[in-house]
Amino acid sequence: MPESPIPAAESILRFDGVSVLSDGAKVLDNVSFTLSAGETRVILGAASAGKTVLLKTALGLIQPDEGRVSLFNQEITGLREQQLFAIRSQVGMLFQESALFDSMTIEENVAYPLINQVDAHLPDEEVLNRVEAILKDVELEHTLDKFPSELSGGMRRRVGIARANVTNPKLVFYDSPTAGLDPITANNIMSLVIKQRDQRNTTTVIVSHRLQDGALMANYRFNSKSGKIERQVHTADLDQRTKFMVLQKGRLVFEGTEDELHASRDPYVGKFVIPEARSA
Amino acid sequence: MFEFLKAPVSTLQDFCLLAGKALANIFRAPHYWDDVLIQMDRIGVGSLPIICLTGGFSGAVMALQMSKALDTYGASSQVGQIVSITLVAQLGPVLTSLLVAGRNASGIASELGSMKVTEQIDAMRALGTDPIQKLVTPRVLAMTIMLPFLTMISDFVGMVGGWFIALGLIGTTSAMYWTGVHEILTYADVSQGLIKPFVNGFVISLVGCYYGINTTGGTQGVGRATTQAVVVSSVWVFVINLFLTQIFVNL
Repeated sequence: MPESPIPAAESILRFDGVSVLSDGAKVLDNVSFTLSAGETRVILGAASAGKTVLLKTALGLIQPDEGRVSLFNQEITGLREQQLFAIRSQVGMLFQESALFDSMTIEENVAYPLINQVDAHLPDEEVLNRVEAILKDVELEHTLDKFPSELSGGMRRRVGIARANVTNPKLVFYDSPTAGLDPITANNIMSLVIKQRDQRNTTTVIVSHRLQDGALMANYRFNSKSGKIERQVHTADLDQRTKFMVLQKGRLVFEGTEDELHASRDPYVGKFVIPEARSA
Repeated sequence: MFEFLKAPVSTLQDFCLLAGKALANIFRAPHYWDDVLIQMDRIGVGSLPIICLTGGFSGAVMALQMSKALDTYGASSQVGQIVSITLVAQLGPVLTSLLVAGRNASGIASELGSMKVTEQIDAMRALGTDPIQKLVTPRVLAMTIMLPFLTMISDFVGMVGGWFIALGLIGTTSAMYWTGVHEILTYADVSQGLIKPFVNGFVISLVGCYYGINTTGGTQGVGRATTQAVVVSSVWVFVINLFLTQIFVNL
């Protein structure tokens, strides 16, 4: 099982007092945090809390009105769109509704970043090999010639995970990967997210409204020998690898480990924790 | 005081920025030549049947209508000249551009609009690719290249339509008709007839792309963007035709 070292000094993503306005209202309000290499960050929040805006701001898809964003130690605030493409090609992203290209086949969708990125230069054969390999990883190797509309919601989400990881990015964002899915499919999706994270040692940011997704990310690891997702013994080191953040109306109201999240006395944070604790 | 001008000026500014980026991308890697060829096929080859049909009927109707007037002066043998000059300099470019605007500006706006509202354009950006490079530049290149060719074909089919009428109903000879068609045309007329669709193709495709990638408001927004693209690009066809005609008339 791969163990990913966490070099504390290497910052992958940094938000410094970031605010984003939409129609005069703050959808992100003075948000600051640092994401280190190898870390998993779970961002919780209710609908309209600013979770998706945070991810889009981190990628430079939305420019902040205040504050600064640094990605891979490079400040991206104010960079021109053309300058951002090379930086973004080091990041994978799964959109909330997968955002697959509906006029392309599954093969073309997954191959898209490999063929179209600015520095793409892989031969066709290598592209096909990588697409087939990652689709096999998400158990969709039989869907190469299908179109997204021919797949179920869970399958589309799996294609989205494959597309986000096919370039072996250092950092992957998952925007609500389990939203709108039944519990069994949602758990399968989370298993794939964990598998991709641990196989490739990627720094992972996952946005969700379910604490359960965060708990899975924090406590389960992919065992490459057995090929299965296994629960880990809860240690302080494991606890530090996965940090939680809670957003409330654009403000960051909590940042800490799973243990700290459960111990938090913040009433809003409690709304996420208590029902889960009871069900457990 | 001039608040009402804000929106149109802002739209014009965004449109010009998009045009600048689309043009700059022609000289910037990566180049998506496959997409250019696909669009040339869809816009060019795909529009051929409707272009030929309308071109042919326009030429035929023009010959029929003009023969009546020319007959008054005993000049019905001149019908080839009338059909030729009207089609090549004015009617051919405008009709072809209007049809392409209706068929392709709407297609582009709805396709890009659907991609916008389903976050596919954001996904392209997130995956480290430029949606303007991938979507806009190929469509602009394809339409700018194909519209002059479509116009040429439309003009020729129109002349053939006029020839059928001239031969069958008016009673002129083929030699008289085609000599008239050929002799009346000057290089200025032919240049005018080719420059107009070239400019129109650039503007129509950009208008379609502009309304497509700026679509908001779900499926209703896609419908609105499609309508706006057709209306605005059609108006531009007439405006461009007027300006370019003025320039060529004064040459």
